[in-house]
Amino acid sequence: MSRLADKIQDVFNEPACATNAGKSVKERKKGCSKPLQPGGAAGGCAFDGAKIALQPVTDVAHLVHGPIACEGSSWDNRGVKSSGSKLYRTSFTTDMSENDVVFGGEKRLFKSIREIIEKYDPPAVFVYQTCVPAMMGDDIVAVCKVASERFGKPCIPIMAPGFVGPKNLGNKLAGEAMLDYVIGTQEPEFTTPYDINIIGEYNVAGELWQVKPLLDELGIRVLCCLSGDARYHEIAQAHRARATMMVCSTAMINVARKMEERYGIPYFEGSFYGITDTSDALRQIAGLLIARGADPELMDRVEEVIAREEARAFAAIKTYSERLAGKKVLLITGGVKSWSVVSALQEAGLTIVGSSVKKSTKEDKERLKEMSPDVHQIDDLRPREMYKMLKEAQADIMLSGGRSQFVALKAKMPWLDINQERHYAYAGYHGIVELVRQIDKALSNPVWAQVRTPPPWEETSWETRADAANAAEAAGQDAAALPPDAAETEAARRAAVLCPCKGIDVGTVEDAIRARDLSVIAQVTLLTQAGGGCGSCKDKIAALLAREAATAPPPAQVA
Amino acid sequence: MTTITTSTKACTVNALKMSQPLGAALAFMGVRNCMPLLHGSQGCTSFGLVLFVRHFRESIPLQTTAMNEVATVLGGFENVEQAIVNIVGRTKPDIIGICSTGVTEIKGDDVDGYIRVIRKNHPELAHVALVNVSTPDFKGAFEDGWARATTRMVEALVVKPAAGTSRRAGRINVLPGSHLTPGDLDELRDIIEAFGLQPTFLPDISGSLDGHVPDDFTPTTHGGVAVAEIATMGQALHTIAIGEQMRGAAEAMQTKTGVPYTLFRRLTGLAPNDEFLACLAKLSGRPVPQKYRRQRSQLIDAMLDGHFYFGGKSVALGAEPDMLLNIGSWLAEMGCKISAAVTSTASAVLDQVPCDEVLIGDLEDLEAKAAGCDLLVTHSHGRQAAERLAVPFHRIGLPIFDRLGAAHQLSVGYRGTRDLIFTVGNLFIADLHEPTIATWRQPAMSPEHVGATSAAH
Repeated sequence: MSRLADKIQDVFNEPACATNAGKSVKERKKGCSKPLQPGGAAGGCAFDGAKIALQPVTDVAHLVHGPIACEGSSWDNRGVKSSGSKLYRTSFTTDMSENDVVFGGEKRLFKSIREIIEKYDPPAVFVYQTCVPAMMGDDIVAVCKVASERFGKPCIPIMAPGFVGPKNLGNKLAGEAMLDYVIGTQEPEFTTPYDINIIGEYNVAGELWQVKPLLDELGIRVLCCLSGDARYHEIAQAHRARATMMVCSTAMINVARKMEERYGIPYFEGSFYGITDTSDALRQIAGLLIARGADPELMDRVEEVIAREEARAFAAIKTYSERLAGKKVLLITGGVKSWSVVSALQEAGLTIVGSSVKKSTKEDKERLKEMSPDVHQIDDLRPREMYKMLKEAQADIMLSGGRSQFVALKAKMPWLDINQERHYAYAGYHGIVELVRQIDKALSNPVWAQVRTPPPWEETSWETRADAANAAEAAGQDAAALPPDAAETEAARRAAVLCPCKGIDVGTVEDAIRARDLSVIAQVTLLTQAGGGCGSCKDKIAALLAREAATAPPPAQVA
Repeated sequence: MTTITTSTKACTVNALKMSQPLGAALAFMGVRNCMPLLHGSQGCTSFGLVLFVRHFRESIPLQTTAMNEVATVLGGFENVEQAIVNIVGRTKPDIIGICSTGVTEIKGDDVDGYIRVIRKNHPELAHVALVNVSTPDFKGAFEDGWARATTRMVEALVVKPAAGTSRRAGRINVLPGSHLTPGDLDELRDIIEAFGLQPTFLPDISGSLDGHVPDDFTPTTHGGVAVAEIATMGQALHTIAIGEQMRGAAEAMQTKTGVPYTLFRRLTGLAPNDEFLACLAKLSGRPVPQKYRRQRSQLIDAMLDGHFYFGGKSVALGAEPDMLLNIGSWLAEMGCKISAAVTSTASAVLDQVPCDEVLIGDLEDLEAKAAGCDLLVTHSHGRQAAERLAVPFHRIGLPIFDRLGAAHQLSVGYRGTRDLIFTVGNLFIADLHEPTIATWRQPAMSPEHVGATSAAH
């Protein structure tokens, strides 16, 4: 585990990460993600993140070493596309049994690798570590080493067991595995001054293919895309590219930075979402290539393509803008950068009334504010809060990932999937037109009017109940917000009842958290009784814990 | 505004239409211990018989007056008389439903006159009801024949209640159109009974053609509404007619017995069923049962989950008028565009179908107009067109001979609509086109093209 612990610390120290650079040494040690909230977590684990980042590599066998839960519940559920091998969609897991837990799973892992190589003959096997074998001490690095030697095929250990952290950390650890074991292990047949890497693009719904034709037209070769529609050998040869574009910056910035360090490949952060972003990205790619020796006429050709494609895309969007002008959008997104989608939607004449910033960096938030000061930035993603936003913002449509779709749908609001499971590709110039077309399609669907019509007989809908609950909550807050004096305000805030069952106020809980340095809801309940009744206030306690953890000096590091 | 055009072609290619006498015969099959009798040459009957057997996968009672050349020229009285005597002798029906065909109509056989003579000559047949309906196959279509036969049964069999008789509380007449399956009728019966009402269906093919295994062999229909029950329909509180084709029968009932009626043009979709249940609540004085509130909620959820796949899809639809209106309106309400609509016969509902044009034509017309659609919806004979167009195909109406369960295909009520969303939605999902590396590789693409290509996904 020490190797893994070092690796994680190394990833936390990522100097290229803007957020990280602004932190104190002590803060940096704590890691980049907010501490996970027992009882209040919704995101994926590090293994999930690692798998997401590498699964799009099409021709390797992705072998998950662990009990059935890790792979069994998650295989083949993402719409990343391949232009060649389909092996990445075949699910491989060691499906560890009780016996393996008692006697160790290394033998089963080794045999699994052998079976895969015998039956499927992939160019490589990626072996994913998970929590159970990590706890037992299965040394998958050693197994991979032996297997690589024995079978003459690269077997790559991906060390990101779920418990080490969230999805985002897993993305980075997956990148580390590529850096440690794959990148630089093969040489391309030839190189050109127009070879680039694209990192953090997964080819969801074929999005890479929306942009690639333009690159092809410009004579720019994608030597390696990590990892959308990638082949193993492309990653192995990625060190020979002349420039790198980082698509989803928080995901694999460590890879881009270390490739610059090791191989002198410069990189920039860009996005293919939205017209102006796509144009900027093309310009930056050309700029970096020219700086490294490509013919400067490349920029002229880039400008030509941009002019043509922008005109075409704007013309296509214009056919919708009349119908969409003034329509209000609520944007709840994790994986996609809020501001980049915001700019795209504004181009279509849509108004953004709110955007989630839960996963955004401070920079992202500021940029978003700069672009559209009226946008309501949302941190709280509890379903009822989202519903309240939908109602209060009087949004016409919500764009979000699959998990929050039902908030919109149950609220009988149009909704569009813009996360990983989506069926439509929204990248580049074509993609933004498609996004606008899909929004138009969703908004114009006649089901909304029907499902919002109450039946001809009496009924109390859940919406009415939710509105009543929100109104009651708001009334409580308003009462607390009335006193103009700061001290009075604070006193009123602290006096507000947090746990109605046990009659415990906010102040009591805050004091307890501060005095005893609490971090878990159960401790709060034990000491103050708050949360010991119906349990409905546990979200509020979790929020207080999170706030206190953010403001208080960090406690001693737990390794 | 929907324009209604009639195909000007001389030659019908791949017919959509089924004939009028067959519709009438099917209506008679919804009466218990009945023998439908086609007055025509025996081919009329045998073709129809085979069609129904293939659709329902049941033995079908259907007889013929077996007109030969001489009888056709000289008049079919003797054939009708013999047929009736033989049928009664062999199968002992309670009712014989006589449907004319093209050949006997052209000859001008006065079947009502024949029946009067037969009644006089054969007093031993007095216990058998004889209902004659004029259904020349050169006019109208299947649903017209069904409607006419039902209207004739109302006129001939329903007894006008004596003055001063009070209406029977809780009794409801239901006159279902030919576009409803036995499964649909079962569902409607459940819904109506849940309000404490007792429905009488006329015709009631749910008892006869619902594909059950009967206890013994019966040469006539072995289920359906009894002649005696039809006689008492005049005492009902209210009549519910389903489909515009049943307006005539409902009017006939009102004229004869004074029972008022409510006509529901469609029962697929949320709003039509809201109206239907509200009507039942009013008639019964009872609240909508919890079960159906729950089903309503399930339907709304299915609409929300399903609309992603229906939205923006173009559908080519070929069906008889009431079916066309019912399914077409529902698809439009789910966000589909009816890009082609072809029907079999004229009807008052055609201008309500949510599309630009309804063509009274054939499956060749439908196939031509269906180019570029995302789904073809018609009866089983559309399968070749679907294959040539390479589009998903959903079968509705009659005949459905290449799939199981035609009799139980459900499309009415909240539950029926919900399941229809799943069935058709799954066709769309199965047909999602995967993008390839070349999908967006079209350098000279114009903005119009952008929409067109993405529409394919």
